[in-house]
Amino acid sequence: MSQFLQQLVNGLSLGSIYALVALGYTMVYGIIKLINFAHGDIYMIGAYTAFFVTTYMGMSFLPALLVCMIVCGILGVLIERVAYKPLRKAPRITALITAIGVSYVIEYSTQLFMGTSVKTFPKLLPDTSWVLGPIKITYIQMVIFTVTVVLMVLLTFIIQKTKVGRAMRAVSADENAAKLMGISVDNTISMTFLIGSALAGAAGMLVGLYYNAASPLMGMVPGLKAFVAAVFGGIGSIPGALVGGLFIGIAETMVVAYGSSLYRDAIVYAILILVLIIKPTGLFGKNEREKV
Amino acid sequence: MAKQLYSKSNMIWAVLVIFIFSLVQVLISMGVINSYYESTIFTICINMILAVSLNLIVGICGQFSLGHAGFMAIGAYCAGIVTRMIPNYGGMILGILIGFAISSIAALIVSIPTLRLRGDYLAIVTLGFSEIIRICIQNMKITNGAAGLTGIPKLTTWPILFVALVVSIIVVTNFIHSVPGRAALAINDDEIAAEAMGVNTTKYKVMAFVVGAILASLAGSLFANYFYVLNPNQFTFNKSIDILVIVVFGGMGSISASVLSAIVIGILNMYLQQFTDIRMIIYGAALVLMMIFRPQGILGNWEFSIERLLKKRAAKKEAA
Repeated sequence: MSQFLQQLVNGLSLGSIYALVALGYTMVYGIIKLINFAHGDIYMIGAYTAFFVTTYMGMSFLPALLVCMIVCGILGVLIERVAYKPLRKAPRITALITAIGVSYVIEYSTQLFMGTSVKTFPKLLPDTSWVLGPIKITYIQMVIFTVTVVLMVLLTFIIQKTKVGRAMRAVSADENAAKLMGISVDNTISMTFLIGSALAGAAGMLVGLYYNAASPLMGMVPGLKAFVAAVFGGIGSIPGALVGGLFIGIAETMVVAYGSSLYRDAIVYAILILVLIIKPTGLFGKNEREKV
Repeated sequence: MAKQLYSKSNMIWAVLVIFIFSLVQVLISMGVINSYYESTIFTICINMILAVSLNLIVGICGQFSLGHAGFMAIGAYCAGIVTRMIPNYGGMILGILIGFAISSIAALIVSIPTLRLRGDYLAIVTLGFSEIIRICIQNMKITNGAAGLTGIPKLTTWPILFVALVVSIIVVTNFIHSVPGRAALAINDDEIAAEAMGVNTTKYKVMAFVVGAILASLAGSLFANYFYVLNPNQFTFNKSIDILVIVVFGGMGSISASVLSAIVIGILNMYLQQFTDIRMIIYGAALVLMMIFRPQGILGNWEFSIERLLKKRAAKKEAA
């Protein structure tokens, strides 16, 4: 039982990171119906930015986190403006291949400039940990929970209470009607990319510190898993991304602890297939009827 | 029927096919095509089979699959395992047939429930499924896990490969011109309208999917028996993307476009080999530019047809 609780904590911290990445997927998909394959690479850039500013500029945790979020947010907007904007009316497959192309460019440019070797981080956070009965929570895990909760609250506030958030919801509900109401669709979409990518940047930094590693291809698999998390929770739904991310994180950790680590990735895809067969709209997704 | 089979355009096709076959055969036996160029040509031909079969699923039927590498892996491993035990052509045929059986069962399993999904969801499920296949291969004893298989006999020769390629193309083109193919095209144009017209959409989607998977498995078998070695990392998500890129780069829905684009991309890849550092960056940037400036691919859905050429000439003669 104590091992189970411990694994639950580990799963939750991994799941928080997936949730942060899944939010970006879900927001972008909700607004322009694009699986942004480059999102996992933005997360990778987050980890590299963190490595860069902490190693070469000696920044401490909080400023580094802010820089990561800003850099990734700007990168996300740039990608959207250069690669996705010309394709807004194009068929889905075209946009998807563009996203894959962008992902290749980011991955291999990073590899070209930073090399293939795994980068490690300087010591930013103390090694202390808390023991709560049978479970042990490390400092970095605590930081991951705190950052995730703060960012979630902030995001919910932005989406529910601010003008920008209202515009986002309006565009995702009906782009043309939103345009008629005087909402700048282009700016709103850029804003979505900014926020989603900033969250991925934060997740990248956190995962870099958690595993003490950053490598050019680190974003691929977690990116796919975060997408699975978004689909699991119901794509387009913010609480769905959170629940989905946590669920995937816990499921993965449990498979490693009680089953075989070799099948760790397979279980995530199996969950995805089951979800889509049983409830294709995901946990919190709305069922949209197709109109002729 | 016989008259149709021996029509003028079919005869010209036959002559053309025999000419290309003998040209390459003579060049190989004369040593003009050395082993380096030969492996490029073989890779291109295998990619053609893969692209044509994926085009059937994506371009003709409009079902977005990102898991073609999974079916290729099934074929490759079946042929690899069987020919290592029976290293002759009988073994190769047996391996190919086992590959057909397993890949069509796998295609049925994945397609019957999931082809009810639309667009992006289907893409992600096929992606997940092919990753599951790869992870299973990576963890099984018979496939020798992550280390992979080595010492697979080299049984794929130019005649075998060429025949397989021609047969695959004929299967796919005939599929397009048959009743299921027409239904698939209707589904691609408008699924709801097709359904309203009484087309059993799930049935025809599954059919196209299974045929595509079987041909991918054939390509995998030929691949295994040409390159001696197999390991699970050859069949990642990136391989599926590579195949999809050939299809989209050529033009979705056009078989001749897939053939042409397999050649163009194969040659490009050969030249880019020398720039290993920036190869993938150029590839990625080219994809983005291509999609922005010519999203329909080089040929679009234009299909090369000798019959049409003949008709045009006849019309010109009449006018003159």
